[in-house]
This record gives sequence, C-alpha cells and structure tokens, in this order.
Amino acid sequence: MARSPALRRFVSHPWVLGVLGILTVFLVWWLVTSSGMVDKLFLPGPGAVWMAGTDQFQRGILVADAAASIKRVFIGFMISAGLALPIGIAMGTNRTICHFLEPLMALIRYMPAPAFIPLLIIYFGLEELPKVMLIFIGTFFFNALMIMDAVKFVPSELVETALTLGGRGLPILTRVVAPYIAPQVLDTYRINMASAWNLVIVAELVAANEGLGKRISLAQRFLRTDEIFVGLIVIGLIGLMIDLGFRFLMRRACSWAN
Amino acid sequence: MHLQVSQVSKSFGEGRDRKLVLDNISFELVSGQFMALVGSSGSGKSTVMRLIAGLERPSAGTIHLDGVPVQRPGSDRGMVFQKYSLYPWLTAAQNVAFGLSLQGRDKAEIRERTAYFLDVVGLADAARRLPRELSGGMQQRVAIARALANEPKVLLLDEPFGALDLQIRESMQEFLHDLWKRTGLTALLITHDIEEALLLAGTVHIMAPRPGRIVHSVDVQLDRSDLRHLRVSPPFLELREELASRLRSLDGALL
Repeated sequence: MARSPALRRFVSHPWVLGVLGILTVFLVWWLVTSSGMVDKLFLPGPGAVWMAGTDQFQRGILVADAAASIKRVFIGFMISAGLALPIGIAMGTNRTICHFLEPLMALIRYMPAPAFIPLLIIYFGLEELPKVMLIFIGTFFFNALMIMDAVKFVPSELVETALTLGGRGLPILTRVVAPYIAPQVLDTYRINMASAWNLVIVAELVAANEGLGKRISLAQRFLRTDEIFVGLIVIGLIGLMIDLGFRFLMRRACSWAN
Repeated sequence: MHLQVSQVSKSFGEGRDRKLVLDNISFELVSGQFMALVGSSGSGKSTVMRLIAGLERPSAGTIHLDGVPVQRPGSDRGMVFQKYSLYPWLTAAQNVAFGLSLQGRDKAEIRERTAYFLDVVGLADAARRLPRELSGGMQQRVAIARALANEPKVLLLDEPFGALDLQIRESMQEFLHDLWKRTGLTALLITHDIEEALLLAGTVHIMAPRPGRIVHSVDVQLDRSDLRHLRVSPPFLELREELASRLRSLDGALL
C-alpha cells in the first residue's frame, strides 16, 4: 500500500484526528441503528435526531430553550466570577483573610451543589433566582480558591522588583499581580464554566418552564428519545463553543503566556 | 552618596527555631565605588542585599543611605535579581519604563529615558520585543537598564549572571565593567564567583557562612584596561587562588 508522507501528516494532524474520532462514533451509531438491531424507541438513528432537531428549531423551541439556559448560566456565572476575583485576590495576598476564609470555602466546595436545589426551591421558589443561585454556589468557591492559588504563585521577584522600582500597594496589585494572573484566571473561568453549564441542566431537570434541561425531561415523559439526543448534542455544542471562546480570548489577551 | 551598614545582624524564625543568618555586618560604600560580597550559599550575602533594598528589616544594627535610615524599599536603591524578574507581558522598553511610570513621571520624559537606557545597555533594537524573545544575557541587560532608568543612588546586583552560561557570563561581566566605567554608577555585587568579584569590584568582602559574617576584605589593585587579558594574568590568578583557598578553608571547617 502506497502511503504518501503528505497523507500521513494530514491524518495525524490533531484537528483531523479529532474530527475522525467524532465521525467514528457517528458511523457506529448509524450502523447500529440502521441494522435494526436496536429498537428505534430506545436508540433513534442520526437521521431521526436530525429531524427532531430541525423540527424544534422551526417551531422556535430550540432557540428559546438554548437562550433560557445560556441566560441563567451567564447571570449566575458573571456574579460568581465577579465576586470570586476580588475575594480570591484578597485571600491570595492577605494571610489573615486567607486563614479566615479558606477552611470555610474548602468545606462548602465539597458540598455537592445539586444537593442545594431543594433548599433553594424552598427559599426562592421556582423562578429564575434559585437556578442562578445554584450556578453561583456551584462555581463561586472553586473560582475563588483557584484565583487565590494563582495569586500565591506570583513570583516574589516580580513583586519585589516593583517595590524596588518605587511601587506600593494598589499599583503593584493592578500592574504586577493582575496581569500575571490573567491567563490563569481565564483558564479558571473556562474550567468552572463547564460546571455552571452542568448545573443549569440539573436545575432545569428539577423545575423549569423552559431551557434545554427542561426539554430533555419533557422528552423523557413522552418517551421521545430523539428529542433527548437533540438536547444532549446541543448542550455539548454550546459548551464546546464557550470553551473555544475562552481559549480564543486567552490567546488574544495573554499572548505572552503561550 | 554614602551607604553605611553598621553592626547589622539578622535572624529568621522565633523561639527555638530562631536562626542567626547575619552576624554583625559592617561596611561602607561611597559614590562611584564597585563593591562585591563573595560567599558560598548560606553565607547570608543575599540577605545583606535584601536588607539594603529594604525588603527585610535588620534584627539589630542600622543601615543608612546618605544619613537617612533605610525603612522600606525605594527607587533610590535599584535591584537586579538573578532571574525571573522581567515582566513577561511587557516589551523590553515597557519593562525599562516600568519604574518611571510607577512613579507617574511625565510621558515624554519616560520615553526619552527609556530610549536612553536601552541604548546604554546596547538593546535599542530590541525595544519592542517580549522578554521570552530575548536571550538570558539580554534579559539581564534589560533588568539592569530598568534599574538604572530610575537613576538609583546605588545599584544592587544579586548574582545577576548566576543563571547564565559561562561564555555569556564572561561577556556580561565585560559589559558591566564597561557600564561602570562609562556611567560612574555605584554598585554592590553579590556573587559566589571569586573571579567575577575580582574582575569587577574595587573592594571585595569574603563572607563565611552560619552565621553569615565578613571574614576578610581586600582592596583590589589591578589593571582593568583589558578584562580578557586580566583573567589570565599571573597577579590576578594569584589573588584569585588566595581567596579561593580562604573560601575552601571556611567550607572545610564546616565539613
């Protein structure tokens, strides 16, 4: 078999391999469903899922659901990220604050966020607030602790150099610490965004009027497995987009760190 | 400029863990002088520098700069660390300008001084490059330019070439000597390298470890018109060997 080096190089490219991996799963899925080995009710084929997806899209449900879920994630995570930044920095720079807050946060961090759902429903009902709160609870402590760690690892030489150059307090924070930790902060957000995205679906499975999680739980009630697959794939794609967005932002804003 | 270090001691830790790292250090440094502190690791030589920089406070004794006690870090004492001290997100020029802009100097002045000091260290062409795009030697020259741009009364050099390859280290030593001759700066160099100290410094203090103290001081009278030649000249090698054997005996006494 004549295999040209150009072909081999093309096939071993990370992007090509990644697409091949996804295509392989689709192929197996298509083979299994089209062979008739499995009941369509349990495992619909790619064609049926595509149909269900376009149908939801045409009826406007898909976009409305996605928008509802994204909005909840966005609000909850913005509050979490916005509060975690100053608190994480305070914990990373001030020993007293760190000793005061770290054990508390480490404790709450290990409480599974979905276990707060019943409490949140009792406190805040079934509207938007409990869902946003859940995302906040599930990501804030991770965000704050990871930012604290990033601050602690700022090389002391960089801070001390600024001191010997006539720098003090706040300017050192904004001009040395902040730029140094920026790439790690973005990465922290990227990683914890994945949990936020998980949690919004969990919250919607429990109680919601719309949202991708709500659509999945409705589909279960009517045994619409094709719609469940639509939900899963859309959730995955949106998550991937967010991840790539953060990576893009990091490459643009912190090119020095690559 | 007059830097006076008198009877300075420093201990770290408390109670039982209290450890004396510097014992009764005294010396003086005046304008235009180039002084070196030489010692093995554990001799506390870096601690001396950190005390002068104001990054640490002495446990006993005083440090005065032009009669004013040193209380905290300040731009009158420029410092160059061994490594990792350039801001990786700033270009060479922005690094040099960093101290001036921290002090809120006027933009035109910053631009002018930055260009001037980049030129002094021979890196005018590298102004727009990021630190990671510069060699180790170039990075240290940027760090020196950054410290000089503040026009400090004294330049503190903490093993500035310790992380560089031997050949680059030699050319950096020549560069520093040349810089000193041209600008008349006042410098205190910390090094474990006797050759480096003898090449550059008019006064060399040998430090012994545990606790760190000055055990021997030499005024170096050598012809420095050609450092390459000086490195291999008999009087230089003789002096180097004499100090090396002193250092060895200090270490030997501890083994």
